[in-house]
Order: sequence, then structure tokens, then C-alpha cells
Amino acid sequence: MADVAFDAPVLDVPVLEVRDGVDRETIETVASMGAYKYGWATEIETDYAPKGLSEDIVRLISSKNGEPEWLLDWRLAAYRRWLGMEEPHWAMLNYPHIDYQDQYYYATPKSMSVKPKSLDDVDPKLLATYKKLGIPLKEQALLAGVEAPEGERRVAVDAVFDSVSVGTTFKAELAKAGVIFCSISEAVKEHPELVRKYLGSVVPPTDNFFATLNSAVFSDGSFVYIPPGTRCPMELSTYFRINAENTGQFERTLIICDRGAYVSYLEGCTAPKRDTHQLHAAVVELVILEDAEVKYSTVQNWYPGDENGKGGIYNFVTKRADCREARAKVMWTQVETGSAITWKYPSCILRGDDSQGEFYSIAIANNAQQADTGTKMIHLGKRTKSRIVSKGISAGRAQNTYRGLVSMHPKATDSRNYTQCDSLLIGDKCGAHTVPYIEVKNSSSRVEHEATTSKVDEDQLFYCRSRGMDEEEAVALVVNGFCREVLQALPMEFAMEAQSLVAISLEGSVG
Amino acid sequence: MSAVSPKAAALALRLAELTLPAGLAAARAAAQARLAAAGLPAKRDEYWRYTDPASLTASDAPLADLFDAAEEVPLFANINRLKLVFVDGHFDAAVSDDLTLSGVEISRLADVPAGHWSENAYGTLEAAGQTPILRPLAALNSAYATDGLLIHVTARASKPISVIYLRKSEASDAILHHFIKLDPGAELTLLENGPAASRLNMVLEVDAGDGARFHHIRAQGLDHDRRTVSHIFARLGAKSLFKSFTLTANGILTRNEAVIEFTGDHAQAHIAGAAMGDGAFHHDDTIFITHGAEACESRQVFKKVLKHGAVGVFQGKILVKQGAQKTDGYQISQALLLDDDSQFLAKPELEIYADDVKCSHGSTSGAIDETALFYLRSRGVPKRAAQSLLILAFLADTIAEIEDEAIAEDIRARLESWLQGHED
Repeated sequence: MADVAFDAPVLDVPVLEVRDGVDRETIETVASMGAYKYGWATEIETDYAPKGLSEDIVRLISSKNGEPEWLLDWRLAAYRRWLGMEEPHWAMLNYPHIDYQDQYYYATPKSMSVKPKSLDDVDPKLLATYKKLGIPLKEQALLAGVEAPEGERRVAVDAVFDSVSVGTTFKAELAKAGVIFCSISEAVKEHPELVRKYLGSVVPPTDNFFATLNSAVFSDGSFVYIPPGTRCPMELSTYFRINAENTGQFERTLIICDRGAYVSYLEGCTAPKRDTHQLHAAVVELVILEDAEVKYSTVQNWYPGDENGKGGIYNFVTKRADCREARAKVMWTQVETGSAITWKYPSCILRGDDSQGEFYSIAIANNAQQADTGTKMIHLGKRTKSRIVSKGISAGRAQNTYRGLVSMHPKATDSRNYTQCDSLLIGDKCGAHTVPYIEVKNSSSRVEHEATTSKVDEDQLFYCRSRGMDEEEAVALVVNGFCREVLQALPMEFAMEAQSLVAISLEGSVG
Repeated sequence: MSAVSPKAAALALRLAELTLPAGLAAARAAAQARLAAAGLPAKRDEYWRYTDPASLTASDAPLADLFDAAEEVPLFANINRLKLVFVDGHFDAAVSDDLTLSGVEISRLADVPAGHWSENAYGTLEAAGQTPILRPLAALNSAYATDGLLIHVTARASKPISVIYLRKSEASDAILHHFIKLDPGAELTLLENGPAASRLNMVLEVDAGDGARFHHIRAQGLDHDRRTVSHIFARLGAKSLFKSFTLTANGILTRNEAVIEFTGDHAQAHIAGAAMGDGAFHHDDTIFITHGAEACESRQVFKKVLKHGAVGVFQGKILVKQGAQKTDGYQISQALLLDDDSQFLAKPELEIYADDVKCSHGSTSGAIDETALFYLRSRGVPKRAAQSLLILAFLADTIAEIEDEAIAEDIRARLESWLQGHED
């Protein structure tokens, strides 16, 4: 569809004119829309832990990972605490009671029972799964769909399949730079001092119902350590795949960016189409020290359920960055298109003076999806800055809520926050809600919050239609424009995937 | 689980101090039931996260020193109005005008005759305002209000009704309830001012028929120690207009709720508030606007000037129901913090279930603009005067919501004199 000749037969291919401000990729993306692409399952023999949750299951997960005593105790303490906690219901989410005993908390491909020494030893079926998902597990490859000269932009991948990490690429090359990138179960064995020092230091095991559950039963996840003064030589990425049925995924990611270091981290996730709901409760902790910077990007594309709300992932995630020292910087970017239920508030604790937090979010809810997502910006240090740009899109019968907190503590003098929340409604049966909390406790800080809610602009739609696009393409194009500020904050590879996701997620929302 | 819950225990304690007044028995009984079901509010309730209701729910009102505003020019003195005076929560006929006004029929809640129109009206808007959020202090008011005005407006009122609330006791605990029924096309301006009581629980219900117009200008008393919880419940018919402005200066605790529902198309509601606090001052504006009809316009403009540890709270919500297309909803809440001890806590919410709408909200907080201050000072304006000027400019948007220029001028004068008294 790149260069459309003017004499192209109009009836065969819709002639799309590229106008100012609309790039060709967007249009191609729109044209290549499809339904949920990742809904297939991998037929693979799976070992399950017995169904349900008990101290024995916690012990089993710990022993499967060969963990030291302190970590088992840590898990058990979390589990015991969790037993006395109540599931929070303040979010604008409506879902049936979750039976926490009717889940598998540990599932692993049989072929992974003996950990492969390298990716070459991994079950080809697993490798094929990632290939089909477009995730490169070969070290020369790039994320699918990106054309860049060989070797220029590379991404190291940690692939997590159900409860275990299948493998991590570029480990040797990263190690040369001093970067540690491995699964958290490996990190517990090989870098116990780092894990012990930082695990739970940002999201304590007592934090909230879902984080406490995760602390008890997390099975795997990624671990990153960037040493002082190091710019991570390539982008790091974790790809999460839930495959087994009735299985929850509880991954834990811990990233430590030491003084003056930089890392860009990408996270992707998909799951097969299943008729039953599946639970996903992850915890992500970022520790950012003086002058360090972390860019964390997520494209969340868990199976959203069918158009009637059957099946889909329940996504309860706690993500938090601690800008622990001066001039630390974090940028969260998220594209939330999947999941039946999304409960997610990536937060920034701006503890160091002059530290900065940014949050860019696109949340799309279609059909029966419900999303309650946003951020918390906790300003503790002087001259701290934060910026929130949230774009919520609701279609079908979906409900989409932005929930956020901006808190300026008395000592966070001369700080600054800017928040922009825009909601777009497509159709008259969906809902868009904004629930910001603003708490200002000093006079020298400036806080600005703006929010708007509107529908897709008729003039823009008309313009696109008059250029030969059908209504669905036109809506996808306009919505991509609406999301532009956030899409631009994503690393290139993700931006393209996100653009096409925006289009796919809205399929069937008009007409 | 035979133990009495803390909420039920607190309610029992509060009710022990109250006696059910005569009249409107059915309406009061219904309100009692609502209160019993809800229990009293507590700090742990999400709706009270920024304001502690303890002193509003306690069985006795805390004592409040009387305030002598000797040099203060009485508000609305030059407005041609019908003056109705309440002292410590009781109507004082001796100092009030006669309850007669063309286009208006006025009765007292304290001696409402049997068969009065209000039997089917009193408490109904408050009852409707209990969903989706409980407002137990308003239910308590409907059940136990001792006095108030029942005003039926049949045409265009010939002059404003001005209600003056005086306070003479340090321990007065007043529960007042007004109901205003506006027939289609009727119009009324209601002016309210004064502290009323050491602790005041006030409900104002306004039922505006199609095409009715209601203007409300309120200045809450200057007494430092007074505590107030007020609720306005309004139901707005097609093409009606509702405008309410509140000026709050001083007061240790004020919670002003407004619960507005559009039931007819093409109606308008503008709610504004200017609050100024110096020291022991906690001011909470909690607004809930429900768009249940098409093409209605709502506008909320709330500004606060805070110093020496004053706390400003704003909770504003626009709810657009499914089918309320062409809604235009706007909300702005802003605070000027004059020092580091003061706080602004805001929760501006949108909840929208219709797609063809235009809704927005904004909220800002910050100090006085140094550049503007520098500009004024470079033009020879002394620092304090320059500050006052900038504060007045900041609050101007709220006063602009008052249509009557003479009334707006009175409010502006009150505001200026307060600023002069609080320049430090």
C-alpha cells in the first residue's frame, strides 16, 4: 500500500491519500487490521502444581526455583498476611467473585523441568511459539516488523512462558558491559545480595492484596541490574505468555539502575483465547539511583475475552518506581489494549531532589472490557517534576477509568506537576470516567490538571470517509491521532505494534 | 455479631440529643429511616477522606466564640428585598418583614399546617440525592429540622428574599431546612447571609419547574469558630436556570454540598464558590451534578485562597447518564496557596456514559504569580496592595457568575474588606 498510483482501480483497493501529519505506517496498519492475533494456544505438555493455594504450594514454588531459606520465609510471611487481607473493590470494575482456590499457581512446560543450558536446548515448540508471536529469540534478530540495518538496534529478550523463564538472549554480550539481565529465579541464585537488598524495597510484601499475593507465589520474571555510569548497550525486553488453562501468572520484575546508568525496558504480553478468566497479578519494582534513568514501556495485550465478555485475563498489577536519589528519572509508557479487567497504576515515588517521573498511557477498552488504570506521583523531594498524559478510549459496552494521585508533600518545594487526561467515547453504551486525586501541601509547587471527554470528531471522520476509507479505518486513524502524544513516547518497535493494536482493539466498535 | 457497630453506636448517641419536631410526620419518618440505614459519616468513608466529620456528627455542638463584625457593612443593605431573620436557628418574626410577597407564598416549617403542599415535597429531593452516594447528615436534617421556610413561587417574585442568620449564643446547634418550589416559568432570587449558629446543619431543596429561574447568593458568616454542613438539592426541569454562588470567609469547618440533577432538556446550572481562609479554616466544596436529560449545561467554578495553615477541599463530580447526549459539562477548581502551611486537596471527577458530550475539568494549585507581582510593584503598587489585587483577580471568575450587578458589588466589597484585614 506504500505508493498508491492515482490510476489504481478504486474498487479493488481503497485509495488512501497520505495527508500531513499522518504517516504511512498508520495507514498501512489500519489497512492490516485483524482480530486478536495471539489467541492460539501451544500444544505442549505442562506440569502443574496441584490446584489451589496453600503454604505447601508456596513451598513448592520456592523449591522448584531452588530458593534459599530467607526467600521462602519471605514468601510465607506474605502468604500468611494475604490470608487476612480483603480484595479491594474501590475501582470502577465489576467482575464476579474470584475463587483463589480454583487456579493453578504454577505451570511449566514439561520440557523445562530440566533447565536448558542455552536457548539451543529449548524445546522447539516453545521457540516456535515465540517465533509465531514475532518475538525474536535469536540473537541477531529484531522485533518483527521493524526494518533497521543489521546490528543497529537490538533487543535482548527474556521470554517467560506460564510460570518459568524459557531463556534470555544476549546475556554474554550484556555481561561484558556489566549489565545483569536474567530471570529472577536465576538472579536469586547468582546475585542473592542484590535481590535480597532490593526485592520488596519498592513494593513491600504488605503493599496491597494483589502485591501480597504475588509476593507469596511469584514464580518467575526478569531481573535487571545496570551498573553505575553504564548506558545499557541495547534495549531489554520481557515477553510474557500465558499458555496453560486455569493458570495464573504471577511474575515479578526487579530493575535496579545504579548511579548515572540508563536502560530502556520493554514488556509485552499475550495469552490464548480461553473461555474461562485467568488471573494475572504481577509486581514490577524499579529502583533508580542518582542521575540514573529508566524508560519502561509496556504493550499489554492479554486476551480481552470475546465480545460478550466470556473469558479474558484479569490483570491486577502493581508497578512502582522509586527515584531514590537526586536527579533520578523514570518514564512509564503503557499501551493497555488487552485484558478483560485491568487494575494497574504504575507509580513514581520522587524521593530524590530534582527527580522526575513521567507517565504516558493509552488505555483502550472495547466490547465488555473494563479498565481502571492511572498513576500515582508522590513528590517528596525538592524541585521534583512529574507529567501525566493519559488517553482513554472506550467503545462497545466497555468502561474505562483513569484514576490517579498527585501528591505534593510539604517538603517537596518548588515542584511541578502537569496532568492531561483525555477520554474518547465511541458509541453510546460505553463509559469514560476520570477520578484524579490532587493533594498539595506546599505553596511553591504548581499543580495543573486538565481532563476532557468527547466523542470522535465528526469532521475528521467525514474527511477520512471522503478519502475512501471505510468507517472502521477512519475511526482507527482518528484514534491513532488522538493517542499520538503517547505513541511518540514509545520506543520505535513498540510504537508500531501499538499503532496496529489500537486499530485491532477497536474492531467491531463502529457501524 | 450481636455487637452494635461503631456507626450505629455513634448514631444512637447523636439521636439521643434530638427530638422529632411536629408536622410533616410522614416525610420526617422516611428521613429517619434513611438515616438509620446509612449511619453517620466517618472519616474512613471515601466521601469524607479530606474532611473529618467528627465535630459535625458529635452529639453536642462545640462552643464557638461570638464574632463582632462591628465595622463590617451589612450585606445586601441597599438591595430592595424581603428580609427574614433567623436567630440561633429560630425564625424571629419581630425583626423580619411580613411573609408576604407577590408571586410567592411563604410558610414556616415550624408551624406547617396539615394538608400543606410541602407534605408531598419536603425531603423528596434529599431522598433522591442519597444515590449513588449516601449523605446521612442531610437525612438527619430532613428528619430533625426545627425551622425553615417553605416557599412556593408561582410567578416572578417582585423582589429577592433575603434570609439573615444571626447568632447570639455560643452553643447554638441549629438544623434548618428550606424547600423552594418554583412553578413553570417562575423566578426567585434568594439571598442568604450570616453565621446562623455555632453549628449549623442546613438543607436547601429547590424544585425548579420547566423554564423556572432561580438565583442563589450566599455569604456564610464571618465567625471564626462556627461549623457548617450545608446541602443544596436541586431538581431542574426543562429550560430552567439554576445559579448558586457562595462566599465563605472564616469558619473553622465548612462543608458545602450541592447535588444537582437535570431532569428536563436544555436546562442550565452554574455553581460557584469563593473561599478565603486564614489560619484555622477548613473549607470543603463537594458537588455532584447528574445530567439525566439532553443538551443541559453545567458549570462549576470554585476558587480558594488559603494561608496560615488553612485547608481547602474540592470534590466535584459530573455524572452523565446514558442518553444524556449533547451535555456540556465544565468544572474548574483552583487554589492559591499563600504559604507552605496551607493545603489544597481535590478530587475532580467525571463519570460519563454518553458519547456525544463535551465535558472537561481543570484543577490547579500554586502560589501568587511572581511575575505579575513584580509587574505591579514596578508600577509603584505596594506589595500588600499588589497581592490583594492579584487575589481579587483570581477570585473574579466566581463573582462573574452572579448576574445582578448590585449584589455582585456587595460580595466584592465583603471580599475586599476581608483581604484588607488579612494582609499579613
